[in-house]
Amino acid sequence: MNSKLATLGLCAYIAVSCLVAFFFPQSVLAFLSVEASLLLLYYVAAPRRVKIFLGALVLVVLLPVLGSVNGYYLEVAIQIGIYVALALGLNIVVGFVGLLNLGFVAFYAIDAYLWAIFGSPQANAFIPGGLFPLSPNWFFVFLLLSIVIGALTGALLGLPVLRLRGDYLAIVTLGFAEVVRALVNNLDKPVNLTNGPRGISPISKPPLFFQPLLEFFGLHVTEAKLYPLYFYFLILVLVCTIILVTRRLENSRIGRAWKAIREDEIAAAAMGVPVVRMKLLGFAVGASFASAVGVLFAAKQVFINPESFTFMESIGVLAMVILGGMGSIPGAILGATGVTILNLQLLKGMSLWLNGLRQSGAELTIPLLGSYSLSQLPAQFEPAKYERMVFGLILILMMIFRPQGVLPPTRERKQ
Amino acid sequence: MALLELRGISKRFGGLQALAGVSLELEDGMIASLIGPNGAGKTTLFNTLTGLYRPDEGEIHFQQRSLLGMNPDKITAAGISRTFQNIRLFSHMTVLENVLVGMHSRLKTSLPGILLRSTGFHIQENEARRRAMELIDLTSLSGREHEWAHQLSYGEQRRLEIARALAAAPQLLLLDEPTAGMNTTEAQALMTLFRKLIGNYVKAILLIEHNMRVVMGISDRVHVLDYGEKIAEGHPDEVRHDPRVIEAYLGQGIWSGNA
Ligand SMILES: Nc1ncnc2c1ncn2[C@@H]1O[C@H](COP(=O)(O)OP(=O)(O)OP(=O)(O)O)[C@@H](O)[C@H]1O
Ligand SMILES: [Mg+2]
Repeated sequence: MNSKLATLGLCAYIAVSCLVAFFFPQSVLAFLSVEASLLLLYYVAAPRRVKIFLGALVLVVLLPVLGSVNGYYLEVAIQIGIYVALALGLNIVVGFVGLLNLGFVAFYAIDAYLWAIFGSPQANAFIPGGLFPLSPNWFFVFLLLSIVIGALTGALLGLPVLRLRGDYLAIVTLGFAEVVRALVNNLDKPVNLTNGPRGISPISKPPLFFQPLLEFFGLHVTEAKLYPLYFYFLILVLVCTIILVTRRLENSRIGRAWKAIREDEIAAAAMGVPVVRMKLLGFAVGASFASAVGVLFAAKQVFINPESFTFMESIGVLAMVILGGMGSIPGAILGATGVTILNLQLLKGMSLWLNGLRQSGAELTIPLLGSYSLSQLPAQFEPAKYERMVFGLILILMMIFRPQGVLPPTRERKQ
Repeated sequence: MALLELRGISKRFGGLQALAGVSLELEDGMIASLIGPNGAGKTTLFNTLTGLYRPDEGEIHFQQRSLLGMNPDKITAAGISRTFQNIRLFSHMTVLENVLVGMHSRLKTSLPGILLRSTGFHIQENEARRRAMELIDLTSLSGREHEWAHQLSYGEQRRLEIARALAAAPQLLLLDEPTAGMNTTEAQALMTLFRKLIGNYVKAILLIEHNMRVVMGISDRVHVLDYGEKIAEGHPDEVRHDPRVIEAYLGQGIWSGNA
């Protein structure tokens, strides 16, 4: 009874928020409420099957439709997907195995560059024959390849450093990421591998192998409209795969060994857990997620340069994991979504709103203090410019009042 | 043949000789105790035996196999598991998960098997859970399996450590002060459990104990350490009347069982 009511309420909420967002495509608030429906879905006590169905409905049908009304929404959704995948990868290393990795973005950078170099004319600079860019069909080969390469680089970095204790390991990973960035920045001489700070473009997009099928059904969609949708679904599939893999690992001897290492390394070893091997595996799995997203990121951006892979990027992903709740899959997803929305939508939305007020020249009357014309609001005051500050404040407040994150790991409930 | 054989084990920490040529044998079916004043080197011996420390000298043979230079996880897989004096549970994991971690070396599903959820995976996982529940039952923790380990009381945490150690299906169980901080009734119940374990779950138990009532009541054999040296060994009654042992414990009032 209760769950039926909840299901009905949920359906109504989704329907209303989607309709509003559809008819007011410029309203940030409307789109936010659509995004919030997924969070609601997580909390409401409805049957599992219903939840999965509604979640799929929102993600596979409603969001893409709204995205074709306002392309920016699709861009936001893709960004969210990229960060969710990164956060889930880092969550394995930091949240499950308990190793502080401050240079996670390095793995992301390596494979983004991998596709950037071979999926653009860049590789002609050091491989003669004018073979490049590779045909877009190679994109999927590189996507698979990146998973292997990511796992290998993860393990390779792990091998010499995993015997280090927490803080030392953190510094080494930080150094590794800076080395990677310095390399891509400087490997334009003597042989031009990465084109240095100028970056690489144009990078091939994935093949539109399904276009004949669309034509067959009489759907003529321009490429400009098709690609965002295409990337959206690619990242959706990637994120779903990552969630599935993470869940399966978590509920197995591997996931339990990871958490045991996090809790007490010595006790874990004494219980038969091969600590170094399990840490390496954690590093490798986390890195392979980041690598796969890297390839996708390069293809989506068309242009990449070292600036996309700074230390702040690593810290940002780490903050997503910590805010969401370390060691929790829903936490990492929520953290990544929340921070991305905050950066891309909330603060920009507030700036727009304040600008609107400024131009309207409305008067704000504060009792006792008199009235104040909003047109006098200093132009410097733009929330979007305070992005880092707001972010920092949120981090401070969270660590004081909810250090375990918004959605900390839950335990299995009694049947 | 002895199940476990230690010969001339020495271990030094800087200027401190924590173990000085300790030898010890353990037979199948036996409960043996390791006693000695604080700082005598008892825990150090456990740590050396389980691969946390490398001995400076000496040999360790378990079922005719040398354990020297083996990592802790390999030694557990070889059939020795332990509890810790200062409880080391996985606090933010449930009781059930703690026990399941203990089974790590017995579970063999490969990475592809885990990712594809093979039938083998399901069979093994279900069997592991069934066995874990059995051990939780055995240590009187039934009904608490889905609680976080840190939510348990002190005595329960000690019992959970025993269940977790048993999960590794050891031949030899090492218990470091299992009844510390327990009242007489709780200690009595544990002694009953230890007797039940021999032959059913493990082949032999070696326990460190300060509670002499437990030591006298349960041990087939007692080994006494003092300043890293083994000063006596024998039947509990022999050992308690040994002048060297009495001297080592002088003034500690340990025989009244309140040390
Ligand atoms: N890792 C270490 N580094 C330096 N000294 C150590 C180390 N481990 C133990 N010791 C020292 O070795 C000696 C023996 O310690 P151990 O813990 O084995 O004693 P114990 O017999 O278990 O005592 P208790 O009954 O208090 O548990 C002590 O003096 C201790 O301080
Ligand atoms: Mg001790």
